[in-house]
Amino acid sequence: MFLKSGLEQPARLGLWLLLAPVILWLALLIIIPHIELFLMSLRVEDDWGEAAWSLDNYRHFFEERLYWLTFVRTAAYSLLVTFLTFLVTFPVAFYITKLARPKAGMILMILLLLPFWVSELVRVYGWMILLRESGVINHFLVSLGIIDTPMEMLYNDAAMLLGLVYTSMLFMAVPLISSLEGMDDSLIEAAHDLGASKWVIFTRIVIPYAAPGITSGSIVVFMLTLGNYLTPNLMGGKNSLWFTEQIYNEFIASFNWNQGAAFGFLLLLLSSFIVWLGLRLSGQSLGKALS
Amino acid sequence: MAAVLELRHLTRKFGDFTAVNDISLSVEEGSFFSILGPSGCGKTTLLRMIAGFQTPSSGDILIRGQSVLNVPPNKRPVNLVFQHLALFPMMDVAENIAFGLKRRKVPAAERKRRIDSILERVGLAGYGAKRIDQLSGGQRQRVAIARALVLEPSILLLDEPLGALDLKLREHMKIELKKLQSQVGTTFIYITHDQSEALVMSDQVAVMNAGRFEQVDTPRALYDQPATRFVAGFVGESNRFTGQLEAGGQFLAEEGLSLRVAAPDTTSGDAELFIRPEAILLEPEPHLNALNRFRVQVRNVIFDGSNTRVLSDIKGTGHEIIIALPQNQRFAHIGPGSEVDAGVAAEDCRCFSSQD
Repeated sequence: MFLKSGLEQPARLGLWLLLAPVILWLALLIIIPHIELFLMSLRVEDDWGEAAWSLDNYRHFFEERLYWLTFVRTAAYSLLVTFLTFLVTFPVAFYITKLARPKAGMILMILLLLPFWVSELVRVYGWMILLRESGVINHFLVSLGIIDTPMEMLYNDAAMLLGLVYTSMLFMAVPLISSLEGMDDSLIEAAHDLGASKWVIFTRIVIPYAAPGITSGSIVVFMLTLGNYLTPNLMGGKNSLWFTEQIYNEFIASFNWNQGAAFGFLLLLLSSFIVWLGLRLSGQSLGKALS
Repeated sequence: MAAVLELRHLTRKFGDFTAVNDISLSVEEGSFFSILGPSGCGKTTLLRMIAGFQTPSSGDILIRGQSVLNVPPNKRPVNLVFQHLALFPMMDVAENIAFGLKRRKVPAAERKRRIDSILERVGLAGYGAKRIDQLSGGQRQRVAIARALVLEPSILLLDEPLGALDLKLREHMKIELKKLQSQVGTTFIYITHDQSEALVMSDQVAVMNAGRFEQVDTPRALYDQPATRFVAGFVGESNRFTGQLEAGGQFLAEEGLSLRVAAPDTTSGDAELFIRPEAILLEPEPHLNALNRFRVQVRNVIFDGSNTRVLSDIKGTGHEIIIALPQNQRFAHIGPGSEVDAGVAAEDCRCFSSQD
């Protein structure tokens, strides 16, 4: 008895020591600021400039149509970006894991990683150089005589979607590749042998097999897109409002931290709700998708 | 009986390498046919060509008289049981078996009936709702076979499906497979590198080496009358001697032993001689005049129940031979170090030219 507890004590202490950085990180940078923000979101300044408890910040959001629209728009576009990213990335992941030779697959994987060695800002500016009115693509189109005058390809929703998909691709590719890599090629052959067409093999065998990878990739891409500020701001221009810009405006432009905090919490609720709904509808579990 | 499968001059090349070299074959309806060969002999390529996953470089494949060269795998009346089974992990047992039936648009009620009946046939009645990872190795095996058999293929191809099982289960599944095949009556084509699997289960065995068939015969004939040097060495256990065959049927081994050979399969010259361990008689009766006689010094007795072997050297040559030791009291005195008389009949010495 004595021996046992004597051995257990240092082991437990070691565990706490190992966990300490994580716990500190979570507490100091995530949990405490969020509690602070949450409290802030429930406070307003009354007519005498005194702080008072109120739900006005949340009421404000539901009353102002612009906020609402931006909110729904951000959610809908984030879902669209997630889906487009999946469409673009899946063939790439399939090619790398199932069709390319191992060495070629590795080179392709590195090519996929390469753009992420520079910052998102540089990548977005790269796209802007390509797409803007005086940009590379316009220059070629005009000099080849396909169009007469350069056209503006930036600052619209399509350009923004392009930027967001490009930014998200890697985060979809990595989980897809790792789940497809675990798939025995003979599963595909077996399905073919049992009479399945290519389409059936894809929808009934490959997609269900890769489902955990698709789920975790989708969650990451969706969250990153929903919380992205840079790309919608730079490539979307004035007509493509993103909800993060509203939060930024409240904090920085209007200096209304209470309102900004409320918006921040609404975005958190929204993303949690959509992820939960997505998991429910696809019958996947978070634990399985993240393992 | 009619041939369900016919191969005509089937060849498959990968660059300079010829994996399958001009193979012609005809398999009878309802038989259990095995293709036996060492790894790399081309048997998997041959099987994949029959299944449709690989296109022959030349030659033709006919199933019930119809060429299937232009028929893709999903349309061929042939199903394959994969080496690693390739069961779909995200589906339960019944869904796995239903997969092929759904592709053929079999109505749900009929589908259920057929799934239940095939599960019962393979001894897994009531297992329909189990997940694949809840099954043991042997049960998975049977699900994989049921999944293919439920489609009632003209031919069931099996790609070493017992390889992953442990020895005891493998022994058991051999008998089960043979029973199952005779019950359902489907033609089985079974490829393996394990001669015991091929010999136990098959009606006919093709021994394959370096892209060619060395001999196509019944298991007994392969064992008793091997047609080539490769078959003699590959099928069953043998003691092998290299040496010279002289005119008149006298074989002179390199180590100096001289053995008489009845009806050699080759003319005189460099030759190899094979003797089965059970063909060597210990302490033979003196009146058996026709025997090749020699003396052996026992080095070790390898006890393995009814399969007990004596490891010994032929006196005066040092050539090591293995002799089957019958488990009766007569030979109980034989142990390491004993010297024993031994003999072998001329008919039991199989001699082949070293050239081919």
